[in-house]
Amino acid sequence: MIDKVLLDFGSGGKASQRLVAELFVTHFSNAELNRLNDAAEVRCAGRMAMSTDSFTVDPIFFPGGDIGSLAVHGTVNDVAMLGAVPRYLSCGFIIEEGLPMADLERIVESMGRAARHADVRIVTGDTKVVPRGAVDKIFINTTGLGEIVADPAPSGDAARPGDAVLVSGTMGDHGLTVLGARAGLDFEAKVRSDSAALNHLLVRLVRAIPEIHVLRDPTRGGLATTLNEIAQSSGVCCEIEEDAIPVRPEVAGGCSVLGLDPLYLANEGKFLCILPEARAEEALAILRADELGRDARRVGSVTDAAAGRVTLVTRLGGKRLLNMLEGEQLPRIC
Amino acid sequence: MTPEPLGTPDAMATRETLDLLEGFRDPELCRGLLVRLERELDRELRFMEVCGTHTVAIFRSGLRSLLPEGVVHLSGPGCPVCVTHESEVNAFLDLAARERVVLATFGDLMRVPGHKGRNLKKAVADGARVKVVYSPADTLRLAREHPDDLVVFIGVGFETTAPTIAATVLMARAQGVRNLRILCFHKTVPPALEALMADPDARIDGFILPGHVSAVIGVAPYAPLAERFGKSAVVTGFEPADILQSLLQMVRWRSRGEARVANNYTRVVRDEGNPKALEVMDTVFEPCDALWRGMGRIPSSGLKIRPEFEEFDALREFGLTIGETPPLPGCRCGDVLRGRIRPDQCPLFKKACTPAAPVGPCMVSTEGSCAAYYKYQVE
Repeated sequence: MIDKVLLDFGSGGKASQRLVAELFVTHFSNAELNRLNDAAEVRCAGRMAMSTDSFTVDPIFFPGGDIGSLAVHGTVNDVAMLGAVPRYLSCGFIIEEGLPMADLERIVESMGRAARHADVRIVTGDTKVVPRGAVDKIFINTTGLGEIVADPAPSGDAARPGDAVLVSGTMGDHGLTVLGARAGLDFEAKVRSDSAALNHLLVRLVRAIPEIHVLRDPTRGGLATTLNEIAQSSGVCCEIEEDAIPVRPEVAGGCSVLGLDPLYLANEGKFLCILPEARAEEALAILRADELGRDARRVGSVTDAAAGRVTLVTRLGGKRLLNMLEGEQLPRIC
Repeated sequence: MTPEPLGTPDAMATRETLDLLEGFRDPELCRGLLVRLERELDRELRFMEVCGTHTVAIFRSGLRSLLPEGVVHLSGPGCPVCVTHESEVNAFLDLAARERVVLATFGDLMRVPGHKGRNLKKAVADGARVKVVYSPADTLRLAREHPDDLVVFIGVGFETTAPTIAATVLMARAQGVRNLRILCFHKTVPPALEALMADPDARIDGFILPGHVSAVIGVAPYAPLAERFGKSAVVTGFEPADILQSLLQMVRWRSRGEARVANNYTRVVRDEGNPKALEVMDTVFEPCDALWRGMGRIPSSGLKIRPEFEEFDALREFGLTIGETPPLPGCRCGDVLRGRIRPDQCPLFKKACTPAAPVGPCMVSTEGSCAAYYKYQVE
């Protein structure tokens, strides 16, 4: 019984073969993958959405998820933001020699479970094992392919003055959880990652409301960064109300201790929806009927006040910019 | 003496205090205070806050956009990163490049620019070992994890952080940790405010004093502001209602011809401060002259490690001396820190100096007044 991943496992020889057969095929099993050809044969029709992402999260296990579930949810969500039904995933593993086999199994099993929930098939993959120190434990790349059902597909440059801005739930949960876990901080009130596959809810939404202009998941950089990207590429102004943005009290508390702003923290199970005002209530009703959109709120409007700018009306009624950050948020001195 | 962990105001931010704080953010309460402030203001009030947390609180809450026209907000030398002198920045950047050195730092310092665009982030890319810590006590663990290296903690900050670093030194001695050094660049707030007021050009009518600093030092060290310079100064919390209440008090005192130093943050600050923290600080550190960015050398405004603890002193270990260096060309951070100009009156603001390519540290620190102006101010 081998309890750690060895360099041999990525050699292409018998050890690799066993890893593929015993681990990946067991947990990902589907007709396309099980043939184990050099490439998977897949069936697609019409307009396709394709997206790729690499996952290097530290720590690899965190409250609410792990690098495996995140690698599935992240790419599934990116594909779904184009109003598409995700169908197929590829996955590439780069594993550091010495990773406990139990950790790898736990990650692969978690990926399999996440893929089944999202109703996507992991049809092709690759495994490399590199010497100690060449990567940090495990990196995973996933690429997703899906069929676009929205016409036209939502796009970051399609926000128009008169649109409403909705968020599907609370902001900052994933980012604070990972930062807290990395720093070994034990928050008094437990925070959990919101990592989840949003495709079923999104497909229901775009089928009911084809007029949706923008769908975006506010991952790295959080809500503030995503809004700025949209304001810039659409050439519009987003006016947001601070009071309306849902943030869990435990996330607000943790952020206040660490000097972080939840509006700049990553989310992995939330999206931003911009659509004509007239359809906003209907969209909110669809979102709130789903567990993943229960806390959905209307947070602001799109105007033509100043192209490329995001402003925030604070709880006091003051007005300020909600600007992009230069880099990652850094914990402060005092 | 046996060192004990020292509570900081942030550590007290549990659910209960957060619920309590909601009251100080209440929009109705704040609107009422704003109306009274406007009504009672008899002439222009130029107030200065001297704490990065106040700078951010005033911008982030939107309070700045709501202040009456005659109330002018100035950000003083209250952001520890901003007042860290160029030569101190160069010193820790030089240390980062040394063999067998692991630098430990609070995250704020990672992007602070030194000469020729150097910073710690770039040093890391060049192979330097720099660890971001959340608490100075984490450096003890780092020291144990790197037994063959010297772990050097960059001690930047005011009286808020100095006691926790002093406590770490005491713990290191008690635990026999031999490979920890402190690069001691601590500064103390009251002498800097006196230096500001001694400037005949100073146009400051009153101070919002940093609540976290006074949680340690209390109220008395600020007495000269009223006694010598005739200005009011109020120890203040970080919620909008705290700040508005202090401004209102200053306006009332001034209209009666009074100047007072008072504590308006009694839920955290005792008038005498925290004697335990002061004792720990005094055990390890002694006052020294210090260089402040934009303000130069200010007598007795810094802390250095006492000879009894010299084995922890990084300046001694590496034979470093901190001297005057020419300021960064064109940078007017010094005038911003003295309240002489607004950030947007600096010719470099938003042009040569942006958060992406900061010229001076007021733009790089998230609590710097230039960065806050850039990030929050709607023109």
